[in-house]
Amino acid sequence: MPEAATRIDRRSETLELNIGPHHPSTHGVFRAVVELDGEIITKVTPYLGYLHRGYEKTCENKTYHNVIPLAERCDYMAASGNSLTYCMAMEKLLDIEVPERAQAIRVIMAELSRIFSHLFWLGTHGHDVGAITPVIYCLREREDIMNLFELTAGGRLMPNYLRIGGLIRDLEDGFVERVRAFTNIFDSRVDDYETLLTKNPIYVDRTKGVGVLKPEDAVALGASGPMIRATGIPLDLRKTQPYSGYEQYDFDVAVETGCDSYARYLVRIKEMRESNRIIRQAIDRLPGGPIRATKPGAVFPPQEDIYTRMESLIHHFMLVVEGIKGPVGEVYQATESPRGELGCYIVSDGGPKPYRLKWRGPAFVNLESLAVMSEGSFLADFIVILSSVDIVLAEVDR
Amino acid sequence: MDQETIKEKLVSKFGDEVVQSAVAFRDQVAVTVPKDRILDVCRFLKEDPELLFDFLSFVGGVDWYPKEPRFEVVYQLYSLKHTHRFRIKANVEMAEDGLGHIDSVVPIWPTANWHERETSEMFGITFLNHPDPRKLLLPDPWNVYPLRKDFPLEGTEEDTPDLPRTAHAALDQPSE
Repeated sequence: MPEAATRIDRRSETLELNIGPHHPSTHGVFRAVVELDGEIITKVTPYLGYLHRGYEKTCENKTYHNVIPLAERCDYMAASGNSLTYCMAMEKLLDIEVPERAQAIRVIMAELSRIFSHLFWLGTHGHDVGAITPVIYCLREREDIMNLFELTAGGRLMPNYLRIGGLIRDLEDGFVERVRAFTNIFDSRVDDYETLLTKNPIYVDRTKGVGVLKPEDAVALGASGPMIRATGIPLDLRKTQPYSGYEQYDFDVAVETGCDSYARYLVRIKEMRESNRIIRQAIDRLPGGPIRATKPGAVFPPQEDIYTRMESLIHHFMLVVEGIKGPVGEVYQATESPRGELGCYIVSDGGPKPYRLKWRGPAFVNLESLAVMSEGSFLADFIVILSSVDIVLAEVDR
Repeated sequence: MDQETIKEKLVSKFGDEVVQSAVAFRDQVAVTVPKDRILDVCRFLKEDPELLFDFLSFVGGVDWYPKEPRFEVVYQLYSLKHTHRFRIKANVEMAEDGLGHIDSVVPIWPTANWHERETSEMFGITFLNHPDPRKLLLPDPWNVYPLRKDFPLEGTEEDTPDLPRTAHAALDQPSE
């Protein structure tokens, strides 16, 4: 049959297709070269670095307090979670005990940013698979959270609210009431998103069995966060190595066993509900007391003391001008960011700047699984798989 | 298992000549091992049933310029089963070709692939037997190592003669 023969001839040659760097589904600038056999992907070669800003080098040339805004810009979807990681690493280095009130407020901010990040992921993920509606609803609640950040910290996307040893200032009046109002309605809002996608046959067909990452591959490739929890492994650092008082809160780790994009979606949906639960508990038991530890030479003195006490003014001045003189040593601190294990490794040589700062971005590591997940699937599913990883390119390239 | 016990276990398995130094700081222990034993040590850490370090958080580098040996390669480990952490380091001196050399741990933890590519291009450390030794974040023509301490943070083109002039720089030149 000559016709069949030509068909085989056509299939014998693979097609190399360039996706990105400006493809809308890459959520930034990311390029992948895929090798296609017909419509089946045989090989994926990711090319990174379009957003590389020399983050770690910059941090090594800034004083310890000046790194906080940079840390927030690394993963701009969960800014408070990032500054939490950095501040906790610094507190470990300097041996600072953070007051309980500050810890609880940090948990509120971190969980709000987790919801914030998952909402944006859900919206854009829906968009990537062809569901335009979710993003409209998700941005509505995201706006609520941004208003909360703005109310108490000033910044909407980058609150820049955490400081080494605590927080910059106490909560604004009315913040707690507004957070409570938000938590009261948020669960029903998640129900709304679920009606749009969870049992939507088009969405389920598009994601179920797509982008399968087996548990053993997930561990070998260092995947963390929703990526590994969707493979049935309950790795959540808030439970396994609690920090910032997470052991006091009652919440469940969202785990699914589907290993596919749909399971990752379910994990994130569950996680939003759990985060809401944590926030509710945190505002219910919000302890009083100071919002910053007392440690002259490392932590800024209270704002009102600077105007009334000479010593506080001197401490503040010296901290700004000279920075913190930390001890010689090195620490690694990891937290559970919306994308997984966010780690900060700081080497101090005793100077006012980090001698070395290594940022373990979960999005960077999770993206490594992309090739394993996409090889053997359809090209059209590649977009779904990439979207289900939940990458933030600023964190991938640093 | 706490990190002191893990260190003791390493010492009893490999002896003092492999555990060159162990620095404890704020409940975290960092053990330095010779670079030619890194594969043995890592394999033991991963496979021993009491340790079971199956999750590699990151591989990174530290440049101690002008000290010798110049580089330190850091491995941060985690065990999913035992939920403990540990840090392994290896000193890597700069060879005559201007690079450091150490074995790749990709056969043990595949996730090390990208971490080692990044460390390699940032510090100029070659990971031997690495399956994919291309650059990761930096442009291919660069043969400078930005995270080295002697690499300037900013400067004119005269300060950074090794940097290839980009297409943009060529475009910025006033045309005659």
